[in-house]
Amino acid sequence: MDLIPLEHILLLSATLFSIGILAVITKRHAVVVLMGIELIFNAANLNLVAFSRYDPTLLQGQLFSLFVIVVAAAEAAVALAIVLRVYQYFKTANLNEVVTAENK
Amino acid sequence: MLFYIFAILAILSGAYMVLTRNLLYAGFSLLITLLSMAGIYVLLFADFIAVTQLMVYVGGVLVLLLFGIMLSSRVHDKSVLSESVNKIWGTLVAGLILVGLSYAILKANISTLPWLQTANLDVLGQQKSTVQLIGIKLMTDVVVPFELASLLLLMALMGAAYIATDKQNT
Repeated sequence: MDLIPLEHILLLSATLFSIGILAVITKRHAVVVLMGIELIFNAANLNLVAFSRYDPTLLQGQLFSLFVIVVAAAEAAVALAIVLRVYQYFKTANLNEVVTAENK
Repeated sequence: MLFYIFAILAILSGAYMVLTRNLLYAGFSLLITLLSMAGIYVLLFADFIAVTQLMVYVGGVLVLLLFGIMLSSRVHDKSVLSESVNKIWGTLVAGLILVGLSYAILKANISTLPWLQTANLDVLGQQKSTVQLIGIKLMTDVVVPFELASLLLLMALMGAAYIATDKQNT
């Protein structure tokens, strides 16, 4: 049974992590920033699952990544509710415009 | 081999998510990234995590994000396009993080870690799926985090419903 080298999985995870960071830094629409955060969550999960392969009787990494997925889902639900509320209030979801908007 | 196809697919669609200005295109390329991550989880002997990824991320979070896009911008308007700022600094920071992480990973010689060498990988070939083991673990070892997670989901549900309600019409 040939296993995928651990370094390659970690490099993929690092690449996805930096793509997520790039999305969070450069994008100004709140929903795209959330997408970047989801990508960062996924990169972290990939590491946990990759190391869990070497721990097949306990599977601690897989259990941990399950809880990461649960917390990510809860975070996405609350964050999108906040984004919709902000859009109703300021009529824009652009973060820069929200920061500079006058308090009505 | 299949792993590298999924990896390239994930990286390319992730990069397209950052490069494109259209929010809907970004959402759908995130869909491809999440699907290929699920495929990679299957290749890493994590079938239950792969199914959870499909159900929670692709079926739940991504639909929520698409709803968010639809409700927070007019599709035939320029508000469906997202502007980019800090392009140079953002690329610099992300590139430095990538270079630093890759350097650390390549320097660390992770495959020579003692507990990875002594790991009993034969169990992987014998067990058909991880579902039974994860179910037993969830009800014994990690039952407290499991219950806390259900509490967190309930709080998130009520909080999201409360925040998103239009209070002027009530």
